[in-house]
Amino acid sequence: MPLTSPAVEVDHLRHRYGERVALDDVSFAVASGEIFGLLGPNGGGKTTLFKIVSTLLFPTEGTVRVFGDDVVRDPAAVRRRLGVVFQHPALDGRLTVEENLRHQGHLYGLSGRTLTGRIGEVLARVRVEDRRRDLVATLSGGLQRRAEVAKALLHRPELLVLDEPSTGLDPAARRDIWQDLSSLRRQEGTSVILTTHLMDEAAACDRVAILDLGRLVALGTPTTLTSAIGGDVVQVTTRDPQDLAGRVAARFGVRAEVVDGKVHIERDRAHEFIAELVESFPGEIDAVTFGKPTLEDVFVHFTGRRLAEGV
Amino acid sequence: MRRVLLACYTLWLREIVRFHRQRSRIVGALGSPLVFWFLIGSGLNRSFKGSPEMALQGGYLEYFYPGTLALIVLFTAIFATISIVEDRQEGFLQGVLVAPVPRAAIVVGKIAGATTIAVMQGTVFLLLAPLAHVRIHLLDVPALIGMLTLVSFGLAGLGFLVAWWLDSTQGFHAVMNIFLIPLWILSGALFPAAGAAGWVRGLMFVNPMTYGVSGLRWFFYDQALPGEPSFAVSLAVVVGFGVAMAAAGTIAVRRTR
Repeated sequence: MPLTSPAVEVDHLRHRYGERVALDDVSFAVASGEIFGLLGPNGGGKTTLFKIVSTLLFPTEGTVRVFGDDVVRDPAAVRRRLGVVFQHPALDGRLTVEENLRHQGHLYGLSGRTLTGRIGEVLARVRVEDRRRDLVATLSGGLQRRAEVAKALLHRPELLVLDEPSTGLDPAARRDIWQDLSSLRRQEGTSVILTTHLMDEAAACDRVAILDLGRLVALGTPTTLTSAIGGDVVQVTTRDPQDLAGRVAARFGVRAEVVDGKVHIERDRAHEFIAELVESFPGEIDAVTFGKPTLEDVFVHFTGRRLAEGV
Repeated sequence: MRRVLLACYTLWLREIVRFHRQRSRIVGALGSPLVFWFLIGSGLNRSFKGSPEMALQGGYLEYFYPGTLALIVLFTAIFATISIVEDRQEGFLQGVLVAPVPRAAIVVGKIAGATTIAVMQGTVFLLLAPLAHVRIHLLDVPALIGMLTLVSFGLAGLGFLVAWWLDSTQGFHAVMNIFLIPLWILSGALFPAAGAAGWVRGLMFVNPMTYGVSGLRWFFYDQALPGEPSFAVSLAVVVGFGVAMAAAGTIAVRRTR
């Protein structure tokens, strides 16, 4: 028996919007203190899952528990332990950063000197102290997201839930958010669950769940997921990829698929395989690349598609 | 309990601060009823006789004064609840909904904000009473403002209930105009029920706004006009309507997540 309940426990979760199935029998658990990523294309079901965990949506079937409390039966208990960061900052642009935080603090039962202290604390953590008296509307996107994180941290939540925390941010602002998240986990032991469609972001998580078309297709640490593919990933550029893929599969007895206009082959000892491949199909191959598999390749492996942005 | 009040307070305060930072709203909410009152009132002043027993010394401008007061709080209270739609669009509402706050506190805090804004506007109009030769006993003013608050609360509650289901401010304006104009016209604000056709009187009888207007008018005439509900009935309906709207709002918020 573990001493503490998992941060999040998702059990046979299903959700339908009318006829459309958004989540189809999804189960997994997020350990306490873990940074857990939900990776998938838009429409994969990760935002639906985010809304159910953050008590904004009733699931059609199945249960979700946050530190043992059920999100449907005991939403008030869940809400106290949860800090939520929305994709579109839930800050009031007509109020200053401090006024927004004060409003948030009051909603969580904080007031007076305690609240003032906490505001200073969270603003220092996300490095927005110098903008505290500015209207939120005058802040850049990156600063607004960080102020939003500060707002979510005000009541010292045990679990931070973030929806696409990097969307719309430049690389520097992304790094800043990640710096905040990892220092938070290190210093406070806060558990983090976030949704993303970015491979590098998912790769920075402790564990990743890949969601596609509402189903959980893979779950594990980024390393176990990529090593599960085995060997290397070879991509071949050619005039008729469909035709070549069929012949490569027949000739070498490997799985060869067309992904994004290229022939995609997972194969050990790629450097030797490539030499054979080029000799076998002289003049047909325009370019070959190979490398260690990434989470992108993991996604391709399980779904046969690329996880392109906006798909 | 302290937590609940703190949540109500902060939601209320935000409405006031936002209103204060959008000056155009103040002008809009007060300006148009004022123009309305002056033009309609002056236009109808000679034609409007009323019934002899009403003894309307000030003519129609006087009769129309409490009705205009009702119009001001009607417009201000209901349009202040448009902030629900704006909050939803801007994403702010979600942040409030994930907070560990009883849903009733969210509804009451929001409605209280809209109510305060409406009462402030109504009070400004009351200051103009001497200009309209409308006499109010100074001692009646606190009670009148109390009545104004109760009327505004119910109307803000109605606004909340409609705003909760809408996701565009244009939609809110469209829906509200369908509601607002009949609600106001058939409230005794514009004409007394006594002289109206039977079916109009029937509609006025079921219109909650009628009781708000008669409750307000009571302070100007010391007695109910013929065909208008008594003060006690008006007060009961106004309070009942406010409670019903707040309860319905809470149920709506709980149901939808």
